[in-house]
Amino acid sequence: MDFTLTDEHRMVQYMVREFAQREVAPIIKEYDRKQDMAPFILPRMAELGILGISLPVRYGGQGMDYIALGLACEELEAVDSTLRVIMSVHFGLNSMALLQWGTEAQKEKFLAPQARGEKIACLGLTESGAGSDVAAIASTAKKDGEKYILNGEKMWISLATKGDHALIVARTNPDAPDPHDGLSAFILEMDRDGVTTGDIHGKLGVRAGSTGWIAFQDVEIPLENRLGEEGEGFKIAMSCLDNGRYTVAAGATGLIRASMEASIKYAHERQAFGREIGKFQLVQQKIAHMVQSYESARLLYLRAGWMKNEGMRNTRETSLAKWFATDASFEAASEAIQIHGAYGYSDEYEVERYLRNAKGGVIYEGTSEIHQLMQAGYALEYREDVPLRCELPAYDAESWQIEK
Amino acid sequence: MKIVVCVKQVPDTAAKVVVENGQVTWGDAPLVINPWDEYAVETALLQEEEHGGEVTVISVGGEDAKEALKHALAMGCGNAILVSDPSLKNADSLVTSQVLAAAIQKIGDVDVVFFGKQAIDGDVGVTAAQTARVLGWPSLTLVSEITELDPGSKTISVERSVEEGRQVVSGQLPAVVSVVKDIGEPRYPSFMGIRKASRAEIPMWSIAEVGVEVSEPVVEWPDLFNPPKQEVVTEIVSGGSPQETAETLAEKIIEEKVL
Repeated sequence: MDFTLTDEHRMVQYMVREFAQREVAPIIKEYDRKQDMAPFILPRMAELGILGISLPVRYGGQGMDYIALGLACEELEAVDSTLRVIMSVHFGLNSMALLQWGTEAQKEKFLAPQARGEKIACLGLTESGAGSDVAAIASTAKKDGEKYILNGEKMWISLATKGDHALIVARTNPDAPDPHDGLSAFILEMDRDGVTTGDIHGKLGVRAGSTGWIAFQDVEIPLENRLGEEGEGFKIAMSCLDNGRYTVAAGATGLIRASMEASIKYAHERQAFGREIGKFQLVQQKIAHMVQSYESARLLYLRAGWMKNEGMRNTRETSLAKWFATDASFEAASEAIQIHGAYGYSDEYEVERYLRNAKGGVIYEGTSEIHQLMQAGYALEYREDVPLRCELPAYDAESWQIEK
Repeated sequence: MKIVVCVKQVPDTAAKVVVENGQVTWGDAPLVINPWDEYAVETALLQEEEHGGEVTVISVGGEDAKEALKHALAMGCGNAILVSDPSLKNADSLVTSQVLAAAIQKIGDVDVVFFGKQAIDGDVGVTAAQTARVLGWPSLTLVSEITELDPGSKTISVERSVEEGRQVVSGQLPAVVSVVKDIGEPRYPSFMGIRKASRAEIPMWSIAEVGVEVSEPVVEWPDLFNPPKQEVVTEIVSGGSPQETAETLAEKIIEEKVL
């Protein structure tokens, strides 16, 4: 077993860290306060290739492996969760789904411009009445000759107002005996007639990101925009989450690291009772927990990334990594505030933002409760993964570099 | 155009560098490309983009100096060479410049050599000038802008950042140029560059292969010690009015011979 990162991984880590620390860290507080995404972020991430990091070169990607994706997410969220959310949504939930389920024509038409960052992508799964209960989706896609007519509204959609493409899960068969089987997935170009979007403000965290809604009224979508077969929508959505959750797990690991590093720095600087507060055992205990969480979270996501590289099914391992890392990131941020005392409670320091951002992670892409049910389900053998018609392609160091 | 960039591997700026048992150590802190050299690489790549040709990056050092070379490759340099020899362990800037000059001669037909203004570890800052001297080429140091470079007529014009302001200097190629920060932000490594760099086999040249007889180091480090710990005492000056506070403060400043 080899735990060392390759030169390639270390250089990716360094490059993404430099970008996030040098270009985003200095301005993030301002945009967090404004509840707005800094306009340079998406074009800059596109230009640097980050938006297509772990996709084959022939689809416009950078040909890196899934570990590189995880490392990039860790570095991004160590600066701000909104950077990693971009990767979760544009890359994990949408682009990886196109890689997994798309036809060659769909990859050419939709995935390649997304990988190059020319088009921004998001996922429309959640609705106001359907979150954890995916089968309750009420949006409909009615087949009408050579097209589908889409109606409904999606809620809590990251990049809703920034996206050019959305992957939409809607009901195609209202009479399916099992409502899960009545869902299908569609690639929606956001400039189609009848599509409207808006941002949601007043969120607790991820304020420098874009979260919104997408409404569609009698939107016509051609048949060739359907991803997968009719009735595969639920399976596709779940595989999207296997990929999105991986990026969330890796990112939350970065958030733990940020809380830990801020706490260590402050514990050395701040004096109380005649010594630096790091000398006090109760402060040490908090830092020890952060170290434990960080290293455990890191090992869990790297294992999931390795499994993706190998082409192994990783629903259980990714869920475990996501559950652990997001819960731990909330705890770490909370304790980081405690170490900072009153200063931590104000936005003079970064740690209050870490806490607000960490709360999102334990809700989106499967709440912590859902992940606990999943883990118990696997352990008790109530749950098992059945092979999918299309599995996520394993990483192939040679073929992923081949240009078209 | 044939361009060479000389880079050095140094401890990370965040590393805690201390003296232990008469030796400088930075623990297990990572080694990185000398930050000033990143500006040199950037300059070289910009010149390559404008005039064509190729950029070769070279370093003198141990096996670990390959990291700095890989970073430069990931930024976009075409080739890398490491000059490594056990006899160079205590090399000073004179020895290093002799080795670099010989390596540049061995590469052959080089038009311009770029350096960062200094390395952040030794902070000697003369290797560029010394290399130019050994080569017998013009030395253009502390350059903040390359205003003109014409490989055809073999001329170069630059602006130097000197204490008094900016100095405009022209010279003939081949030349050795050291650059300062104003030259432009270095680019990040690209993913394609990273992949190429991580797979690159970097050739290692020994002193014999470079074909140089180096002199004995002229600089010795007879004693190394940590700087004395600074004792900082904080005192808040107060008074009944701003006038009074200022007067007390002024008295204290004069008393402590700060001014």
